Amino acid sequence: MRDEVRPAHLRGDRADIVLSVHNLTKTFGTPSGAQVQAVAGVSFDIAAGETLGLVGESGCGKTTVGRALIHLPPPSSGEVVLEGRPMSGLSAAELRALRPRLQMVFQDPISSLNPKHSIADIVEAPLVVLGGIDRRRRQEQVREMLTAVGLDPDIVWNRRPHELSGGQCQRVSIARALILRPRLLICDEPVSSLDVSVQAQILNLLEDAKQRFGLTMLFVAHDLAVVKNISDRVAVMYLGRICEIAPSAQLYGRAAHPYTAALLASVPDPAPQAKRRIGRAIEGEIPSPLDPPSGCRFRTRCPKAAPVCAADEPVLRPIGPDHFVACHFPNL
Amino acid sequence: MTLSVAERERIKVVGPRRRWGDLLVALPAAWLGVAVLAAVFAPLLPIPDPFRQALLRTLQPPSAVHLLGTDALGRDVFARSVLGLRVSLVVGIGSVVFGLGIGGTLGLVAGYFRGRTDLWISAVMTVILSFPPLVLAIAIMSYAGPSLALVIVALGILFVPAFARIARANTLSLAEREFVLAARAMGMRDLGILMQEVLPNLVAPLIAYSMLMVAVAIIGEAALSFLGLSVPPPQPTLGGMIAAERANLLEAPWAVFGPALFLFLTILSLNVAGDQVQRRLDQREAAL
Repeated sequence: MRDEVRPAHLRGDRADIVLSVHNLTKTFGTPSGAQVQAVAGVSFDIAAGETLGLVGESGCGKTTVGRALIHLPPPSSGEVVLEGRPMSGLSAAELRALRPRLQMVFQDPISSLNPKHSIADIVEAPLVVLGGIDRRRRQEQVREMLTAVGLDPDIVWNRRPHELSGGQCQRVSIARALILRPRLLICDEPVSSLDVSVQAQILNLLEDAKQRFGLTMLFVAHDLAVVKNISDRVAVMYLGRICEIAPSAQLYGRAAHPYTAALLASVPDPAPQAKRRIGRAIEGEIPSPLDPPSGCRFRTRCPKAAPVCAADEPVLRPIGPDHFVACHFPNL
Repeated sequence: MTLSVAERERIKVVGPRRRWGDLLVALPAAWLGVAVLAAVFAPLLPIPDPFRQALLRTLQPPSAVHLLGTDALGRDVFARSVLGLRVSLVVGIGSVVFGLGIGGTLGLVAGYFRGRTDLWISAVMTVILSFPPLVLAIAIMSYAGPSLALVIVALGILFVPAFARIARANTLSLAEREFVLAARAMGMRDLGILMQEVLPNLVAPLIAYSMLMVAVAIIGEAALSFLGLSVPPPQPTLGGMIAAERANLLEAPWAVFGPALFLFLTILSLNVAGDQVQRRLDQREAAL
């Protein structure tokens, strides 16, 4: 990684960086032959034991970032460095050997479990793939892990996924991801398809698991309220780029980017009378990534847009301790 | 509106429709069970020798000794029909297993790997589909001469594209599911994903379709044997019996309608039962 292009918000000086992503891009071809840049140069890093929240509207590329990290599919360009080892250019076998280090929990708890397999088989599968553990030891570990995620092994052991609730399925999914004892857990909207009451239980479970198994987490979500409590730092994405990254409290207290402010304002207010609005709710549709606006990508919906926003694309620059924003006119 | 899993579980079809459905499975299953048992144990059954000719007692009407009468050579029509049914079932099941094995594998591979593999496999399937099916079977049979194995292969080839398409379409949607992504993320290889993650989900749709295809194969075999292109005589086949006796239709209708009845009941049973099985699988899939 060349130092002169290292973005200011990457903390290359810290020794405990688990994951470092530099200038990640992912381009998809459309059937008509056009190229869509779903992720356009994203950089971030996550230190050991840290949880980074990645938020943005649907279609901003946050899920694509999560999948590019596990190389399914691999990024078009850019560097992913896991525990000091670059993942690009690895052979299929080397990549497979690395997979237990980073695991993923998916959005749809039903779709992410094979309907034909029993819960025990689903959680055991990663150990079978890993190999070298006898059947009795594997089943012991499955039992332990099911208990750790709050399921009774004796009850769910032979059940199929459709016999469980969405929340229970997500617990199974988490058990499957954790049984390999990964260093990094990527959660791709793990609670978006769950009932609100179950959401909190799953978030608590993830928080517990993080302590218990010493996890480092990337938490992808579109719901700022969900991300707020679980994340140490939050990165806000818009149309394939990061527009603001800051410690959680800082971001929610003093959002500097107009987009972040608008996102916060669009969280439904439980008590509309007690107003503490930071900005107006966002209007209009997200522009097509096929033809992103020139300069700042948010300018078409930004209340502060000026001619300079169309001409120059703002880069992430520091505006406070650990607080970076890509905007010509940040709210300070 | 989305329902929780528990709610979906509770919604089940009950009442008179369900009872009709049970009957629609039980009756065909009973006939098919009897037919398979009769075909398997034909030599042990207390029925007359199907090959013994009795030229003094030709075209006898049905009686206690000859349940379906005798044919133009005095042979017992019932015993010959049971033996003919044996050929029908062997060919029906054999050709479907052939088509299922090859077509299912090709479809699985095409749907999972997509790209060029898919392009080639789909192209070959389209070519096979563009032949008129019976003409292709007749061409194969008249080129190589009639034999049991060849009938199975000739009809089996015709089933390959249909099974390939079903397997491919199902695999395409299954491969997009997140459990396949999860399997990849844990480092499972393609072969493992195909066999352990995708294949178990293909079994139900393919089995339901297979039952219907056995019926089609039995009709195909009957058509070939009617044309004299199936298993050679003296082995009786249902189509061959109908063809041989059709000149005596007015004097001895039993010699034609006996084997025709066996054919009719078997195909009807397979279709009705296959339909019911498919419908139930659809309901179960919809509940998942």
